[in-house]
Amino acid sequence: MNRLRAWFLAPSWAVMLALFLAPLAIILAYSFLTRGTYGGISLPWTRESYQRLADPIYLAILWRSFWIAGVSTVFCLLLGFPLALFISRSGKRKDLYLSLVMLPFWTSFLVRTYAWMFLLRDTGLINTLLQKLGLIHSPLPLLYNDGAVILGLVYGYLPFMVLPVYATLERLDRNLLEASADLGARPWATLTHVMVPLCAPGIRAGTILVFIPCLGAYLTPDLLGGGKSVMIGNLIQNQFTTARDWPFGSAVSLALMAVVMLLLAVFVRRGEEGLL
Amino acid sequence: MNAVLELREVSKHYPTHRAVNRISVNIERGEFFALLGPSGCGKTTTLRLIAGFEEPTHGEIRLSGSNIHHLKPYQRNVSTVFQNYALFPHLTVQQNVEFGLHRRAENHIGKRAREVLELVRLAGKESRYPSEISGGERQRVALARSLVLAPEVLLLDEPLSALDPNLRKQVRAELKDLQRSVGITFLFVTHDQEEALSMADRLGVMNAGELQQVGTPEEVYLRPRTRFVASFLGAINWIGDIGVRPEATRIAKRSTEEGRCRPATVVQSTFLGNCVHVEARLADGQTAVAQVSRLAEPFAPGEAVYVSWEPGDEQTFE
Repeated sequence: MNRLRAWFLAPSWAVMLALFLAPLAIILAYSFLTRGTYGGISLPWTRESYQRLADPIYLAILWRSFWIAGVSTVFCLLLGFPLALFISRSGKRKDLYLSLVMLPFWTSFLVRTYAWMFLLRDTGLINTLLQKLGLIHSPLPLLYNDGAVILGLVYGYLPFMVLPVYATLERLDRNLLEASADLGARPWATLTHVMVPLCAPGIRAGTILVFIPCLGAYLTPDLLGGGKSVMIGNLIQNQFTTARDWPFGSAVSLALMAVVMLLLAVFVRRGEEGLL
Repeated sequence: MNAVLELREVSKHYPTHRAVNRISVNIERGEFFALLGPSGCGKTTTLRLIAGFEEPTHGEIRLSGSNIHHLKPYQRNVSTVFQNYALFPHLTVQQNVEFGLHRRAENHIGKRAREVLELVRLAGKESRYPSEISGGERQRVALARSLVLAPEVLLLDEPLSALDPNLRKQVRAELKDLQRSVGITFLFVTHDQEEALSMADRLGVMNAGELQQVGTPEEVYLRPRTRFVASFLGAINWIGDIGVRPEATRIAKRSTEEGRCRPATVVQSTFLGNCVHVEARLADGQTAVAQVSRLAEPFAPGEAVYVSWEPGDEQTFE
């Protein structure tokens, strides 16, 4: 039995070892090496990359990434919860609406992000339309700012909030909502005192699924934020391309990973204690 | 009359069927009223109409004299004990009981919740979660959660059906005592005629969305108005057009009296410990069961006998 188990697990282990743990080890090694003249790495071993992380410029980027990811997650929750609730109450149309939520996954995220650029830019659909209607005289600055990045992230990761929240709402016993109303709770009180607490596992899962990819996002801030809105993902990408500082890029990657794992551990622990 | 709850010609029609059809009944203040009927007869729908979870298609529901049809469930001073209790799993026993008091922003919440928990013998379990207590205790939490709000009518939807059978009989007596001591009107929905007969001051028998008869347990059992009521409330023998309960059915080897006596053949007799059921086939092919003392003379299958009954024990229907 154990041997069979080992055989079944072997492919997964092989993949994890070759494609996840080995690259991670390489990154770890790189982060302690010295930058090569034309990219790459060279000896000697040093901790210099980690010391540079404390530079206020990088801390500001880290803080900014957290802020943008946090705001995006909150918007995803504010939009996703009512949507999930609506879908869970839609009877026969549930399956249709769920497939609509997942429909964007059928096209490349890159293409969809470009589509947002066409909508938001100065000569884009929205600005052109508003100008033709005479509502504005000069184009609104819709693209290349934090707002555009948050919009792009919320758009991209909303389904990851909707699906787990929907799953918990779907399992929710309707009698509990009736009992709440029966005991004198108005709809808002039922929402905050019964529905949200009982959907906490779904909200927690959705928050993790949205916040973590948002924190490491680089495509959306790169395209929709322009050069102005740098997030930590862009910083890492930059180190490996333009800046040709692989050791520092590796150090930032590992620092991001450490912070995420720490946050996740706290979040999960608090969830188990019923605090969230 | 001092009716706390009046239903006037209340109907609930769905596109496919009529769940409740023109029900009229007055529930007196402080009484224990049972709504009895087979599953799907509309009794739970009636309860949901009163609680406000469903809107009647026609008719009027009046609580203490005023029409409540425009009130939402959270505005009606009635409370429901759900069949599965619907306790909030994320709240402790105490918090479940306090839930309604908080929503109504009342005073002395903690103290009142503890008093009610004491009343239903749950003192000491305040900080448990519903998943950590027994089925019987959950049922009492559901009761406490509603009782603490002192509703004008407490609606109970088959509250004993989730309990194990041994516990049910004990809880019946407790529930009846509790109702007497708090003096709150109970409207109790059940499909179990024994429950309804043993607990209710009055009961209403429903079938296919209609209320067929309302009366005290004695009235409804002894003078059922319809064949359905007669057969739903207990075993009954159909002898021609009249019905006779097995315990009122006599069986003898000799003809006793003309008119209330029919020749029959014994099919079988079944020993039940405290009595014997003798099943006999009448000339028209119907069978009748007579409940006789186990000390009476034995009857063998195939034996020719006479089935009879005392005047007044027969039930006739139009």
